[in-house]
Amino acid sequence: MSNTEQPQTCQCDGDSCDNQRRNFISKTAAIAAGTVVAPGIFLHQVAQAKNAAEAATDAVRWGILVDTTKCADGCTDCIKACDERNGLTKENRPEIAAHWIRKVTLRDKATQKENSLPLMCQHCEHPPCVDVCPTGASFKRPDGIVLVDKHICIGCRYCMMACPYKARSFVHEAITDQKAHAPRGKGTVESCTMCVDQVDQGGQPSCVTGCQHGAMLFGDLKDPESAIAKKLKEINSVQLRADLSLNPGIRYHGL
Amino acid sequence: MQKMLLGLAAGLLLIAGWAGAQAADASGIKAIKQVSETEKCVAPKEEMRRTHMQKILHQRDETMYKGVRTTRHSLQSCVNCHVAKDDKGQAVDINNPKHFCSSCHKYTAVSIDCFQCHNSKPTDPVVTQPIVGNPDFIHPVPLKSSAEVSQ
Ligand code: HEC
Ligand code: HEC
Ligand code: HEC
Repeated sequence: MSNTEQPQTCQCDGDSCDNQRRNFISKTAAIAAGTVVAPGIFLHQVAQAKNAAEAATDAVRWGILVDTTKCADGCTDCIKACDERNGLTKENRPEIAAHWIRKVTLRDKATQKENSLPLMCQHCEHPPCVDVCPTGASFKRPDGIVLVDKHICIGCRYCMMACPYKARSFVHEAITDQKAHAPRGKGTVESCTMCVDQVDQGGQPSCVTGCQHGAMLFGDLKDPESAIAKKLKEINSVQLRADLSLNPGIRYHGL
Repeated sequence: MQKMLLGLAAGLLLIAGWAGAQAADASGIKAIKQVSETEKCVAPKEEMRRTHMQKILHQRDETMYKGVRTTRHSLQSCVNCHVAKDDKGQAVDINNPKHFCSSCHKYTAVSIDCFQCHNSKPTDPVVTQPIVGNPDFIHPVPLKSSAEVSQ
C-alpha cells in the first residue's frame, strides 16, 4: 500500500539541500526585483502605477469600499462628481438621462432601519452583462473593471436587463460636446467605468475623490498592503445580492 | 484584382488631388504644431495619408481592452493637433467642411461615425509633459488639471 511506503527523502544531505533552496529563492527574488520589461519599466511596479504603454493585468483587482455609516442621507456629491467628470448632462430630459451612479435608500423590512448608499456598476467578477452580450461589447478587463466597448455595442440592451443592480443606461439622443476622455453617443449602452482612464494613470474614480464624507475607499483588492484590503480585513462588509455569487468589486460597510 | 487595382489607383488619385487642392489653397488646414524638425506628423505625411486609419483603429483596441494610454496614435491627439479655426477664431467641429478630418473625407467620400461619440474639437488643455515614466506619454487629460478645469 502506498501509505506504508517510505516518505520521499531528499537526495542530498539536509544542510546543502536547504542551502540550495535558499540560494534559489534569493536568486529568484533578485530576478523578480530586477526584471526589465521595457526600459524604465520594472515588473514589481505593476501593482502601483501602470506605465502608459503597459497593459492592465490581473495582478490587481480594483474595488471600492463604501462606508454607508458615513454616507450622508440626501447628499449627492458623488453623483455630481461623476456627472461633471463624464459629461453626463441630465437637466433637460431627466426621464431618459444616463445614470452611472445613483443614490439608493435601502430599508430593512423587519426593523425599518434605512441606509443611504451610492449604487453603481458593481464590477462583478462574474458579470451577467458580459454573459448575455451578443457582440462581446460588454467585457471585463483583466484588472476587474467591467466596461462596454461602445465601438461594437449594437444597443440591444440585453445587458441592462441582465444586470441585477440596474447599473446600465442607454443613450437615447445624439450628444454633442462630450468630454474628451469620456466619448458617449446615441444608440449605445454605458455605465460606470470606474473612471478607467484616471485609474490607468494611477488616479482614482471621481466619485471617490468627490465624496466630502470620506465614505468611499478605492484600491487594489489583491494587494494585502493596500488601504482598502487592510480596511476590509478590519471591518465587516457585504456585497449587494451576495446570494447571486457574482463577487462584486464594490463592497459595503454598515448594511 | 484588376478592379481592386483600379480602385486603389482612383483612391490615390483622389488623395493626391486633395493634397493638390490644399497646396493651391493658401488657407489650407495646418496642424498647430510639429512632432519634430524632421517629422511633422506622428509619422511621415505620406504614411499618414495611407495608414492613419489602421493606426487609430489599432490604438482604439489597445486602449479599450488593455488600458494602454500612449498618445502617439490616440484619436484625441489627432484632434488636439489638427485644429481648424473658423472666421471668429473658434475651433470648428466635424460638421464643418473645414475640419481637418472631414475636409479630406468629404473629398474622398469616406464617412466615419467616430465623432458621434468622440469630441472633434480640442476641448481639453493639451499637456506637453509626460506623466508616468514614458516619454511618449502625453495624455490629453492630465489628472490634476481635470479638477482645475471644472472650477
Ligand atoms: C458609441 C460611441 C463611440 C464611437 C461611435 C466611437 N468611439 Fe472610440 N471610444 C469610445 C469610448 C467609450 C472609448 C473609451 C475611452 C477610454 O476608455 O478612455 C473610446 C476610445 C477610443 C480610442 C482610444 C482613446 C483615444 O482617444 O485614443 C480610440 C483611438 C478610438 N476610440 C477610436 C475610434 C474611432 C477611430 C472611431 C470611429 C471609427 C470611434 N472610436 C468611434 C466610444 C466611441
Ligand atoms: C503634433 C501634432 C500632430 C499630431 C498629434 C498629429 N498630426 Fe497629423 N500632421 C501634423 C502635421 C504638422 C502635418 C503636416 C501637414 C500640415 O502642415 O498640416 C500632418 C499631416 C497629416 C496628414 C496628411 C495630410 C495631408 O496634407 O495629406 C494626415 C492624414 C494626418 N496628419 C493625420 C493624423 C492623424 C490621423 C493623427 C492622429 C493619430 C495625427 N495626424 C496626429 C501634425 C500632427
Ligand atoms: C489625406 C486625406 C485624409 C485625411 C486628412 C484624413 N483621412 Fe481618414 N481616410 C482617408 C481615406 C482615403 C480613407 C479610406 C481608406 C480606405 O477606405 O481604404 C480614410 C479612412 C479613415 C478611417 C477608416 C474608416 C473605415 O470605415 O474603415 C478612419 C477611422 C479615419 N479615416 C479617420 C480619420 C481621422 C480621425 C482624421 C482626422 C484626424 C482623418 N481620418 C483624416 C483620408 C483622409
